[in-house]
Amino acid sequence: MRQAAKTRLLATAAGVVLAAAAVTASAPAFSQAKEQFFPVLSYRTGAYAPNGVPFANGYVDYLKLVNARDGGINGVKITFEECETGYATDRGVECYERLKGKGPTGATLFHPLSTGITFAVTDKSFNDKIPIVTAGYGRADSVDGTVFGWNFPLGGTYWDAADIVVQYVGKKEGGLDKLKGKKIALVYHDSPYGKEPIALLQERAKMHGYELLLLPVTHPGVEQKATWLQIRQQRPDYVFLWGWGVMNSTSIKEAVATGYPREKMYGVWWSGAEPDVTPAGDGAKGYNALVFLAPAGQGAVHKDMLKYVYDKGQGTGKKEEIGDVLYNRGLTAALMSVEAVKRAQVKYGKKPLKGEEVRWGLENLAIDQGAIKKLGFEGFMTPISTSCVDHAGGRSATMHIWDGKKWNVQPGVYEADQQIIKPMIRASAEKYAAEKKIAKRDCAKEQ
Amino acid sequence: MFYRENGQYKTSYAADQQMLPILQDRVLMAGVIVFAFAVVPFLASDYLFLSLLIPFLILALAAIGLNLLVGYCGQISIGHAAFMAVGAYAAYNLALRIPQLNFLVVLVLAGLIAAAVGMLFGIPSLRIKGLYLAVATLAAQFFMDWLFARVKWFTDYSSSGSVSTAPVEMFGWKIDTPTEKYVFLLAVLIVFTLVAKNLVRSHIGRAWMAMRDMDVAAEVIGIRPVYAKLSAFAVSSFYVGVAGALWGFMHLGAWEPLAFNLTLSLNLLFMIIIGGMGSLLGSYFGAAFIVVLPILLNQFPAMLGIPLSTAMVSHLELMIFGILIVFFLIVEPHGLARLWAIGKEKLRLWPFPH
Amino acid sequence: MKKNLPSIVLGFALLAGLVAPLATGASDPGFYTEVLLGGLMAGVLYSLVALGFALIFKASGVFNFAQGAMVLFAALAVARLAERMPLWAAILIGIVIMVALAWIIERLVLRPLVNQEGVALLMATLGVSYFLDGFGQTVWGSDIYKIELGIPKEPVMILDGMFKGGILVNKEDFVAALVAAALVGALTLFFQKTATGRALRAVADDHQAAQSIGIPLNRIWVIVWSVAGIVALVAGVIWGSKLGVQFSLSQVALKALPVVILGGFTSVAGAIVGGLIIGVGEKMAEVFLGPVLVKAFDLAGGGIENWFAYVLALLFLLVRPEGLFGEKHIDRV
Repeated sequence: MRQAAKTRLLATAAGVVLAAAAVTASAPAFSQAKEQFFPVLSYRTGAYAPNGVPFANGYVDYLKLVNARDGGINGVKITFEECETGYATDRGVECYERLKGKGPTGATLFHPLSTGITFAVTDKSFNDKIPIVTAGYGRADSVDGTVFGWNFPLGGTYWDAADIVVQYVGKKEGGLDKLKGKKIALVYHDSPYGKEPIALLQERAKMHGYELLLLPVTHPGVEQKATWLQIRQQRPDYVFLWGWGVMNSTSIKEAVATGYPREKMYGVWWSGAEPDVTPAGDGAKGYNALVFLAPAGQGAVHKDMLKYVYDKGQGTGKKEEIGDVLYNRGLTAALMSVEAVKRAQVKYGKKPLKGEEVRWGLENLAIDQGAIKKLGFEGFMTPISTSCVDHAGGRSATMHIWDGKKWNVQPGVYEADQQIIKPMIRASAEKYAAEKKIAKRDCAKEQ
Repeated sequence: MFYRENGQYKTSYAADQQMLPILQDRVLMAGVIVFAFAVVPFLASDYLFLSLLIPFLILALAAIGLNLLVGYCGQISIGHAAFMAVGAYAAYNLALRIPQLNFLVVLVLAGLIAAAVGMLFGIPSLRIKGLYLAVATLAAQFFMDWLFARVKWFTDYSSSGSVSTAPVEMFGWKIDTPTEKYVFLLAVLIVFTLVAKNLVRSHIGRAWMAMRDMDVAAEVIGIRPVYAKLSAFAVSSFYVGVAGALWGFMHLGAWEPLAFNLTLSLNLLFMIIIGGMGSLLGSYFGAAFIVVLPILLNQFPAMLGIPLSTAMVSHLELMIFGILIVFFLIVEPHGLARLWAIGKEKLRLWPFPH
Repeated sequence: MKKNLPSIVLGFALLAGLVAPLATGASDPGFYTEVLLGGLMAGVLYSLVALGFALIFKASGVFNFAQGAMVLFAALAVARLAERMPLWAAILIGIVIMVALAWIIERLVLRPLVNQEGVALLMATLGVSYFLDGFGQTVWGSDIYKIELGIPKEPVMILDGMFKGGILVNKEDFVAALVAAALVGALTLFFQKTATGRALRAVADDHQAAQSIGIPLNRIWVIVWSVAGIVALVAGVIWGSKLGVQFSLSQVALKALPVVILGGFTSVAGAIVGGLIIGVGEKMAEVFLGPVLVKAFDLAGGGIENWFAYVLALLFLLVRPEGLFGEKHIDRV
């Protein structure tokens, strides 16, 4: 009897699984609605959730806002679906495959939100003809649109970021030549993300004669005692922090514990949000980090957000978190995506667009100061202007400092030095094209 | 009624020893293979291929490899993703540095390199066993993760530490559509399954099983533990290494050392335990279960039209996955393969159970 | 004597490695002491998690992979409860929760799996850890939370006169070490002096014999898992106050695995000593050996501490398969 009951139980379980599998397999047919589908890869669980959640909230909220305030993009309603990647590459790839065909015209564009996932889906983009937008992350060499036809590191890459930090530090010292003989430690997340800036920092080290110390921190980054002991031993003049998630706050805590001055720590733009500094309490005071496009704070767009989305109970996150650094970055990421669709509609008409058509929009983005103001993003964005060759469209950033309560943006906008970066991009992109046997695009012909 | 072996007499040793002694089984197996080769490619969507079928085929191969070691030889390893990584990086470097090599040769060489490394990390098994050994294999896991992240040569001095492969081409056949990949992988898997099936029925497989059931007794009857254990490690790592190379070239296309982390190792172990230890069929079941289940759980609420936040869905996925693992272990500790066997037994008697 | 030769060789090799940085002048004594202390402090925390492992393995033969998830769960519970009530109350409720959890695990997971193979039990605890990860984040949230023990985090300089540059230590670490020591003391008393403790040891020695003289196995299991849960809670609170309570806590527990191999699966003393050895060994290796390796092989950064503990444990196993304090096991046919 027991055996039989057991078998029945298991058979039922297996049946349920099979039935569900059948439902999954037969994807529902989509009606030809006037809808533009935005896939959203996010991570709201796991080690990186504290940083993933505000970004995803900002991104989704802006899509909601465009629907609620403007009735979509020129009458084309935005639909979206979130898929949880957990910052894991294999799950991210699955999400990409799951979402790429949804909506009447397929996925508009993807924000993979992880450098690892970016590397994996870059390959697929050539076949699928869907743009991969990596605003402020991803491969540095993907700026080159002739090789990386579908990647858009809008607003700058890690090479730009590293370059700007070196410039900033050089200026503080009173000139880049003063960096000679100095010691700079890079504390980085041990993944493609964290390793990306190394090439540029080494290049700069050759030019200015500073010594570069490489200190990798293993995922997820809560074990940093040995790293900071080494920093205490080597006493570098500056520490650059290239962390993500809980690694950032741990670094700052360990800096407190080993007595390294926070004023000499410079974080990349992914190491400079509220969840990175608040766990360290007062200890984080004086810590510097780059600002990528959007600093913390509220502007016209946030007023709209409260009015059209949150006051109607449609908000994704908590009201108090509107205006946080990562929330705002999610907003700008969504803004650039929506603007690209808008731009492409000029050429292809006000209808749902394919990924391939959206690419044209991404390659012809021109968001100047006037447009930024009109969109309600004044003070939260720098102008962006892309082309077929240049997929970044902008490469400037500012610095902000945590005062224990809030981020204070420092005066001065810094631009990455293209004289150094351009040849590096060219060399790296050529190597990739050769390895993958990619035929380069001829941008002159396509325009 | 239909599933009876009555009247099927064996008149030769060969017939008695064949892999599927019952006619119905042979028909069923042939049917499945024909279906997989001739029907699935026309039915399945890209999503099904890329997210379910291809990972399933590769992981089934890896699961068979691990099953040879754990299920047949009784040596537990929680670090097998490390040997997948060895296979993947070996294949990457071979293909990169000797471009004229045929991909099949690359696969085999990658497998052999993985086998050598596997044997090296199998040496502790001569001194320790059981869970101690399991934890010791973690050394392989963490060491390999580190090695491939740090030694620049392995990643061809790539600035980000991530490598990417060119599309696979052999005998003028460029394998790049999902369907082609599926067919190629299916063929590889079938060949390897056949080899494995014959291995475990042969001298060496029996030595492994004797080792598993009682090592001291096996030694007494003349099986050398060094030979049995290390050969199991080698063969197992070979399979897993090939699977790793395929995982890199056919599934990921571009990867970083994190792609072969502890989670993957644990998933492989889940596959063989849920599927059934010491059963090749079980490896298939287990791989299917572990590949499909999380994806299914993740999409289930949306399919039923239950509005849940993404975070909630992911948390639920974790919880239900955990519960199901425990549930299966309690209800059928010998895995899905055992369930299959029970089902077959029932079928033999059906419709007259008494 | 001859049989012990490998142990002696390994011991000497380790010792040589330990003093090498000093002897070769790669480090000044002050900094060396700091690394040593840092390693010991990390080791204390590893010990705490390893203690939970060892307790459960001793009493129920289960290799509990969920120990890390339990640490996270307990820490999350305390951190979130402490937002609404004083810390001591939060810790008390946390203890109640962990005991309840132990009871549920015994009822729903362990009891139906009695007499299964070790690896099946291990996978079951992995299932439990998946569940706890999901459940914990659902109930308590997935942000970074703070636990304030009220210990200053700024470092203090000591022995300034003795070493150049002084030695930097954290009060927090000392408190952690004291708490761990107190916990070990309490556990030892519990095992040696109380009736339950004795019953527990009896179960650990021989399940069947213990049961035949009337010791209720199931109750003992609940007790042991509760104790392990409380140990997890202490580890979680200390760790959480240092690093912040966040999902990643559950992964730090992986560091406790080499500790239990080194110390022997069943030994409480082994967990403590093993933790200290691993802690010191890996920090020393990272700080002193790492840069040497990087230079010699042109590596992309150090980070050898991730595997060093495991390789160390592996070497140990080859020499002494039963671990430092484990019981010797002899097979007979």
